[in-house]
Amino acid sequence: MAGAAVLGRLGWRVASIADVRPETPRVKTIALDVPGWPGHRAGQHVDIRLTAEDGYRAERSYSIAAPEDGGRVELTVEEVDDGEVSPYLTAEARAGDELEIRGPVGGYFVWDSDYPGPILLVGGGSGVVPLMAMIRQRGAIHTTLVYSARTLEDVIYRDELERVAGGGLDVVVTLTRTQPDGWTGHSRRVDADLLAEVAPPPEQRPLAFVCGPTPFVEAVALALVDLGHDPGLVKTERFGPTGT
Amino acid sequence: MTVSDLVLDGNAAAGILHAVYGAEMTLAVGTCDACDTDGPVGAVRLYRSAGLVLRCPHCDAVLMKIVTAGERVWVDSRGLRTLELAVG
Repeated sequence: MAGAAVLGRLGWRVASIADVRPETPRVKTIALDVPGWPGHRAGQHVDIRLTAEDGYRAERSYSIAAPEDGGRVELTVEEVDDGEVSPYLTAEARAGDELEIRGPVGGYFVWDSDYPGPILLVGGGSGVVPLMAMIRQRGAIHTTLVYSARTLEDVIYRDELERVAGGGLDVVVTLTRTQPDGWTGHSRRVDADLLAEVAPPPEQRPLAFVCGPTPFVEAVALALVDLGHDPGLVKTERFGPTGT
Repeated sequence: MTVSDLVLDGNAAAGILHAVYGAEMTLAVGTCDACDTDGPVGAVRLYRSAGLVLRCPHCDAVLMKIVTAGERVWVDSRGLRTLELAVG
């Protein structure tokens, strides 16, 4: 059953990098082939472990960017200044390299596709990554994505979002730092006014997933509750330089 | 980067918690021993330093401390009165 505990130790598996694709100047998608991968749900993540020649190890947690596809696991990684793992993944990783992966993990920030109402996805920066896994498997459920990025060049999955928007998917992009000439979209932070304008109203009981840096997530979650959304329908994930 | 940028949530500890407890723990409901508030582990506050510190989102009391060293992990969960999870 989805969401039920599965008893048994979760160990590290060896994955090989199948493909590395640039998404923005600071973000890349890393496709991994993981023998024996048990499958995953949209919103789940993995831990990645790198081991240096001297035995030093670093682990970080990354959201999975795409729905289940056999043993293929796609991560979209933003380079973090002074990071221990992301600079390798964004600058050094090549097809054929091997690394260790543990997962999938996470049951809280996971989309239950049985939910009957509309879906509201609110992402800040690379917080859009787990939301993209949900968009890619949303089916016919009406979905609204509100995505805050600094500049147009920082919009991850830009071409795909332009292509799939429409029909049951509303894509609202706000560019908070600079806007290109002729930009007709939003240019302010995601606040209660913006959400009141573009998100499904509380009466429709949208299930909301909010992911981004901690200040972004807390501001958006508070704004949604202030607008009258049920706090029990607002799921949050704080995205940052995570790991153990 | 500000202090608030370093605050994550219990979702970021899902992997190590699964390794420790042998189960998906972000949906497990924990009760804070200090203030009686309960809620899913995925929603608690998490601070990352030499290890992980999980704090109550309501009263900020320390719920758990987790330190990994090599192949060993050390867990202090005295701030958690109970953990409740589905095992079926």
